[in-house]
Amino acid sequence: MIESWLPLVYLFSAAGFILAIKWMNSPATARRGVIVGEIGMLLAVVGTLLRADVINYQWILVAFFLGSAIGVPLAYLMPMTAVPQRTAISHAFGALAAALIGTAEYYKDMPQTPHGFTMGALIAETLLGFLTCTASLMAFGKLQEILPTRPITYKGQNIVNLSVLAIAIGIGVALVISPEQSWLFPIFIALSLIFGVALIVPIGGADMPTVIALLNSYAGLSACAMGFVLSNRLLVIAGALDGSSGFVLSIIMCRAMNRSFTNVLFGAFGQIQVSAAAATQKSVRSASPEEAAAILDSSSKVIIVPGYGMAVAQAQHKVRELFDALTKRGIDVQFAIHPVAGRMPGHMNVLLAEADVPYDKLSEMDDINGDFPAADVALVIGANDTVNPGAKHDKGSPIAGMPILDAYRARTVMIIKRSMNPGFAGIDNELYYMDNALMLFGDAKAFVASIVKELGTNSDGH
Amino acid sequence: MTFDLEFGLYVFMLAAFLGFELIRRVSPLLHTPLMSLTNAISAIAVVGAIILTGSQKPNVLSLPLVLGFIAVLASTINVVSGYLITDRMLKMFKKRGDRK
Repeated sequence: MIESWLPLVYLFSAAGFILAIKWMNSPATARRGVIVGEIGMLLAVVGTLLRADVINYQWILVAFFLGSAIGVPLAYLMPMTAVPQRTAISHAFGALAAALIGTAEYYKDMPQTPHGFTMGALIAETLLGFLTCTASLMAFGKLQEILPTRPITYKGQNIVNLSVLAIAIGIGVALVISPEQSWLFPIFIALSLIFGVALIVPIGGADMPTVIALLNSYAGLSACAMGFVLSNRLLVIAGALDGSSGFVLSIIMCRAMNRSFTNVLFGAFGQIQVSAAAATQKSVRSASPEEAAAILDSSSKVIIVPGYGMAVAQAQHKVRELFDALTKRGIDVQFAIHPVAGRMPGHMNVLLAEADVPYDKLSEMDDINGDFPAADVALVIGANDTVNPGAKHDKGSPIAGMPILDAYRARTVMIIKRSMNPGFAGIDNELYYMDNALMLFGDAKAFVASIVKELGTNSDGH
Repeated sequence: MTFDLEFGLYVFMLAAFLGFELIRRVSPLLHTPLMSLTNAISAIAVVGAIILTGSQKPNVLSLPLVLGFIAVLASTINVVSGYLITDRMLKMFKKRGDRK
């Protein structure tokens, strides 16, 4: 009985997922989107549990219970600064699930094996699943700083990596042609796992937004391929939505860096130019918190440019206090968000939203760049490459052509920075040596806090 | 309902194009919650995991049962934490007037 209703249940579930993503287009409807997405998932799970071929519930229920026991604290206790890591690890879980199901589908009916197109889809599912799993774990390790965050490169790396992938695909094709050669399958799995690791080894932190989006896409495509193996349209639709979502995001990230996919994956950003960075010792001007506070106090328009350094220093709450203090004086304060600021797409927005900065004060690059010449102060907090004017004219720079926030065009640019060490990409920033630049040396959180304190003490003398 | 391969490929193509169009319209402001939402949605793999695990003999510790169990577990973690953290993030996005 229930079986005949199942396609309809899946249909509604798919509609729920589509609406969920559609409603994510604005903060006003986004929470409604989450609810309709949850309903879609609930329909899919309940419908599947009622299928005639699902007869044993005990293991499923144990897994549900354990999964919720892990998932709920993971969602509520995770600090917002750890969101990129959480995203990476959840890609690993999702991909692992798809890969294991693919593996089980292959061995399930031995000596009968899937064949033809089904086997092709199974190979795609397993390859994408396993490589995304280890790649995401590597990304997690780099984001959590368990692993070194600088790209690790060696000579002939790309050739080695591509050969591993080529052999894995070659064995995959061999398995599609003759699926009964089951001794090939473990080799295929091992190569997929190794390629995942090798793919992330040369990736530096600055490229994480693109890579995380790409892994998001792979995890979705893996689920999509599973839909073809299991002849399940709901899986095809949900997987395709996720696959295209991750893909679009990674394209947006690539554009925001003026780089191609191949360059991100095989370019080992941030390695070549380390030697060049230490070249010249030019002089910079620096200022104390008191001086910085005085300049901010006398301005009427301030644009704050946050970067990954703000996240590292956990300075977002202090930044909001600064925002409040300046706004109270009638100073117009805006935030300029570069698309690749931070370690994942939208990272800065979430941190500032967490600190209660109203989201209508957060502006995208193209909207705010025209405002910089009219700004009295551009305050750069923990951003580096995204404000480097060298990207515009220095053809030899590794970030040449990357669109930047025009902070240098403000009357005064103040840059909070720990030291003169080059940023994550290891590129020297000519902004620091410009005549209108003031370096504020110190920890972002502590420095902003002392500016706020200064503004508080002399608020009467205004 | 039978699964026609050609039909399945059409479904895939249309869903992929729909995905492109929908995601392009999402404001960069919400890219992080969008990612955790699509991640929760891709945990739809739980459907495959349930079918696999539920169709095995529960008392025999077979390879499909063990792999299926791990798959249900991993996708449940993603479903639960994915939706909850997305909602937690979205709750934080407030306009100027909304602040207490």
